[in-house]
Amino acid sequence: MTTKLVVGLDGHPTGERALTHARRLAELIGDCELVVAYVVEWSPFSFQTAEENAERHKRREEEIDTAMERVVNPAVKKVTDAGIKARGMVRHGDVSDTLIAISKDEDAEQIIVSRTSEGGFAERFFGSSTSNLVMSSPVPVTVVS
Amino acid sequence: MKLVQQALITAAAIAAPASAMAQEAGSLDARVNAAFASVTGPFVNLIFAPFPGTSFPWIVMWLVVGATIFTLYFGFVQFRFFGHAIKLVKGDYSDPNDAGEVSHFQALTTALSGTVGLGNIAGVAVAIGIGGPGATFWMILAGLLGMASKFTECTLAVKYRNEYPDGTVSGGPMYYMKKGFSELGLPGGGFLAIMFSIFCILGALGGGNMFQANQAHAQIAGIVGDYPGWITGVVFAGVVFAVIVGGIKSIARVTEKVVPFMGILYVVASLIIILANYDQIGAAFGAIFEGAFTGLGVAGGFVGALIQGFKRAAFSNEAGVGSAAIAHAAVRTKEPITEGFVSLLEPLIDTVVICTMTALVITISGQLIINPETGLYVLNEAGTAIATVGDTSGVALTSAAFGSAISWFPYVLAVAVVLFAFSTMISWSYYGLKAWTYLFGEGKASELTFKIIFCVFIVIGAAASLGPVIDFSDAAIFSMAVVNIFALYFLMKLVRRELNSYAGRLKSGEIKEYVH
Repeated sequence: MTTKLVVGLDGHPTGERALTHARRLAELIGDCELVVAYVVEWSPFSFQTAEENAERHKRREEEIDTAMERVVNPAVKKVTDAGIKARGMVRHGDVSDTLIAISKDEDAEQIIVSRTSEGGFAERFFGSSTSNLVMSSPVPVTVVS
Repeated sequence: MKLVQQALITAAAIAAPASAMAQEAGSLDARVNAAFASVTGPFVNLIFAPFPGTSFPWIVMWLVVGATIFTLYFGFVQFRFFGHAIKLVKGDYSDPNDAGEVSHFQALTTALSGTVGLGNIAGVAVAIGIGGPGATFWMILAGLLGMASKFTECTLAVKYRNEYPDGTVSGGPMYYMKKGFSELGLPGGGFLAIMFSIFCILGALGGGNMFQANQAHAQIAGIVGDYPGWITGVVFAGVVFAVIVGGIKSIARVTEKVVPFMGILYVVASLIIILANYDQIGAAFGAIFEGAFTGLGVAGGFVGALIQGFKRAAFSNEAGVGSAAIAHAAVRTKEPITEGFVSLLEPLIDTVVICTMTALVITISGQLIINPETGLYVLNEAGTAIATVGDTSGVALTSAAFGSAISWFPYVLAVAVVLFAFSTMISWSYYGLKAWTYLFGEGKASELTFKIIFCVFIVIGAAASLGPVIDFSDAAIFSMAVVNIFALYFLMKLVRRELNSYAGRLKSGEIKEYVH
């Protein structure tokens, strides 16, 4: 059975290191597929204007296209060029919750992310998405620094 | 009816300083005011005409009868599906694959930001000032019945909205009138849609704009001292222009985030005042129930209380008016009726919760003067409204009521009023725009024309005195309801079809909650 690993990218250069690490793991495992995921931070409980709501569907499509084009597709291409199976996806939602949901859907063995925490009040107070992921993920999480 | 109008003009003259200013011959405000009153007078008189031989305006009856019919026709949907509505807002039935689309919560809060506002603060004070605490009872009843009207119009708005190839949507009564009538093979849908759109534009310029500008000016003038209304109007118009024309979304975004916070703060402050005076809660409810049927000596007796309660509830929650349906139409759902369920929470939050808070605070605060011997309310000199401590009315009465318990709260209230006014204007600029583009077509030039007209009316609204503005605002908004409810009577069977189908599938387990 193919082992699946979820790689969470955030568009930062540090994501590159997570991808490199996942690639190395995939090579060691052999029969392995990487699920390269980008999560657009979004909450269904935010407040929007009527105009924003009317255009929301269009914006969502644009956000998905942009993330696919700039972050996910280049990453997928990089690993598939190296002979490793990989797929890309873009989702909206809370970063840690969504990565966990993807790992469940895909029946993945592990989630690999990079550490992006740059401090700041909100992160100190609520915790970064990486630390939330580590705390609540049902599968092992590798944080690449 | 004349009495009620007179009463409104006299008692609700919160902008007393501004209106005094407006009296000065030759001033810009006075000229704007006089011209405005003479132009809008006949329209206002038609909408608020009483039933022959009574003082009961037919339009109030129209709204209440509509809400009652919808309540009965859908078998008290507002109570049967209340729990389900809460679950929908929580996202229990939202497909995770639709994450990133407009959620039920977002559609609801956007619509609420258009309705929660001055109606809840100033409107309730006007109702209580004229109709006494008994008006609250009728207001709550109108709010509960209005939930069914809102349910009907919002379900239809989602079902018959336009979805364009670029992914944007436009919806609202004008769309369901046209498409729904043609689906049923009925003539006249297009005509109703045009009538509704015309009234919606007037409503957007009236209640959604001039009334807001007027009250915001009254609040600011009350704190910093009197100055001409057009100055506030120009400033407001500039900021609104920056948002709706200049596309400076950051201002709108800040407002959208601060307004819910203000709403919560308002309710919390009300609760604190009510709980701090817990010994008077019983008496306040007593006054509300007793006043509902006897009037407790207010002008017009219990009919006065009833008219004021119904009227202010309708003006506040806009159920049956069709405005919020435009906002609710943007939600992403495979089941239009789910948005109908969610929308029925709107009159509940707006009227049954927030308006009642205002009413209780005013009643408890002791601002309304009672004759200790008879236990009845004392009327003012003109005999048109209840005499109040400091002779306040409208938003100033609410402010004084809060101020009597929390001395610094009037300042917070002033900020809230200005922000509520602003967010309501932004919402209504969108409603008006949708009606405008329905009539004149979508396109940059057409949209810009409406947006500029909208900004000009902000200045007029801030400069005019309250009487003509409040009359025109009410008349314009209620005239939307005339067309909308008429159309809903024909279209409600389409909603019942949806309701039966959905209820059946919910019961059979075909519609399931998602495990999050």
